[in-house]
This record gives sequence, C-alpha cells and structure tokens, in this order.
Amino acid sequence: MIPTPDLSHLRPADYEHVYEPAEDTFILLDALEQDEELLKSIQPRVALEIGSGSGCASSFLGSITGPSSVLYLCTDINTHACSCTQATGRQNKIPLDSIHTSLSHPFLSRLRHSVDIILFNPPYVPTHQEEAFTAQTERDIGGAWAGGADGMQVTERFFPQVAELLSPRGRFYLVAVAQNDVPAIQRRMRAQYGLDSEIVLKRRAGREHLSVVRFQR
Amino acid sequence: MVRLITHNLLACHAKGCTTNNFPLEFKDVQVVLRESEFNPEFLRGFMPKIEWPALLGAARELGDTSLPDQLPEMLDDDFLKALHHVLLEIHVEEGIMICPNCQHNYPILNGIPNMLLAEHEIA
Repeated sequence: MIPTPDLSHLRPADYEHVYEPAEDTFILLDALEQDEELLKSIQPRVALEIGSGSGCASSFLGSITGPSSVLYLCTDINTHACSCTQATGRQNKIPLDSIHTSLSHPFLSRLRHSVDIILFNPPYVPTHQEEAFTAQTERDIGGAWAGGADGMQVTERFFPQVAELLSPRGRFYLVAVAQNDVPAIQRRMRAQYGLDSEIVLKRRAGREHLSVVRFQR
Repeated sequence: MVRLITHNLLACHAKGCTTNNFPLEFKDVQVVLRESEFNPEFLRGFMPKIEWPALLGAARELGDTSLPDQLPEMLDDDFLKALHHVLLEIHVEEGIMICPNCQHNYPILNGIPNMLLAEHEIA
C-alpha cells in the first residue's frame, strides 16, 4: 500500500485557485499503484505530468519509482498550481521540477522520444467551447476542468505531443470520462500515432464514469 | 526549482524560433545549493540525454568549474559526483533565461521558470 501524498501544507485559500484532489485524481493514483511493477520494470529516467495542479499525482508516482531515480517534470498553465506542485514535492521529499507553461511546449525539441512516463488528468468536463477557451486563457482553477465540446479540447491538443515525447518503452496515462468517447480516443491514437492502449481502471464516481487509459508504442 | 538538469532540456518555443534556440542564457540569477541523494545509476541512465556543451556552459556561467571540457569515457565515481552536484544540487531561484536567437526573456520566480508565451508568440 503506497500512502496518499501528504497535502496538509495546502490551505483552503490554495484550493480557490488550484484543483483539489478528487475522485479523478484518486483513480489515477490507484491505476499507478496497480501498475507498480510495470512502472519499476521500465526503469524510467524522465517523467512528465501535464497540468500537475496540487502535485499529488507526481508525488505519488515519485513514491513508486523513487525520489532519486527519475527526473519528475511537472507543467501547469496556472502559476498557483506550479507553486503548489513545488511545495507538495518538498513536503513529500520528492523533487518535482515545476515549470509554468502550456502542455509540454518548451521540452518538445529536447525530449523527443525520451519521456518514459507521461501523466495527464486533463480538463475533461464537456462545456461550451468558449468556456474552455476562456478558462485556459484565465489560467486559474476553471482550466482544470472545462474541456469544451465532448471535453476533449485541451486533450486533443496534447496528443501530437505525446507521440513526439514518448520513449520506446514509455507509458502515457490519461484520465477520461465516458463523454470523451474512450473507444474513439483509443482508435484514433492507434490510427494516427501507432500507439496501443488499454483501459487499466474504470470506476463510477457520482455522475462521472471515469477511466484511466494507458498508451504505449 | 530550475536545476541544470531541467535547464538542459528547455528550449525557446516562440513562433518562428527554431534554430539556435538552445541553451537559454542565464541573467541576474540567484542560486541556492540544496543537497540531494546521489544515485549513480540514474546519472548513467540519464547521460545520453545530456547536451554536454550546454551543461558545461551553464555550469560555468553559474561559477561551477568542476566538470571536464570533454565528456570522459570512463564514468567513475569522482566524475559522477561532480555531475550529480551540477545537474541536481544547484537551484536557480530567481533570474532570467534568455533565448540566444530571438532574445525572448523567460523569468524565473521563486524557483519556477515562466515559459508561457502570449497567444501571438506561440508557434
């Protein structure tokens, strides 16, 4: 049993601007824990989380794969989230390198086919397209969930980057909900980028039917 | 925290800036040293990803001259310890990273690099 990261240093004021870990976070943690042996066996050197928010998922990953064995890169467009990620890393003694940026843009030229673990719990909630766009521009808490039509607006933008970044032995974990049309995502990733996938965990939380999908070359 | 391991992976991604956009140059930096666990296996595994001249240049910019000009063929413990210190223990907390090509400034605040671009600057 891997303990859930200590988030006691985060305050209600932090959660006004940063997404507080919830069921969608926990299903990702559970999927990573279930894959513990696999994650260790690929001997990861570089991990990258997109939209790291509180830093909970990367800290958890760090307790699986070890604080000194992997470089943990965490990006977020929300500056408050970047600070929380950094603080959560320190609190849990996992060095998380927090970078304020959109998706993985500044790493694309140097990390081609070099990232062994990619985590993305995206803004997956279907909303009006305009709402998702505004949320990303405002770079605040709304950007953590507003996903535009079918909840895929931000996720879709990241897929080509996954294909660029993923190492030959790498794994990409994506959180999705039923409205995102998971089978269609899997078909498209296979057809466009040659990435195979499987659903590693599925769970209903309130109205949301959550899945964690794992992709590989 | 901007450690040199991360600096070695960051390139300017402004619109149209595709050559000579790496490594970013440091300016007005404040550096803090923080000890971290020495893991030779990690360093050996990470070596192939390092751009040596960029790392060497950045380390010297920050006043650390412990690394050799050329990457040694034998990765012995003395070398790996120096590499560990340069890659993982030097933290740039404040300052600016400047693109050598387009001169775009990426500020570092409280150890977090701001690599965001305005909408019209995105490639």
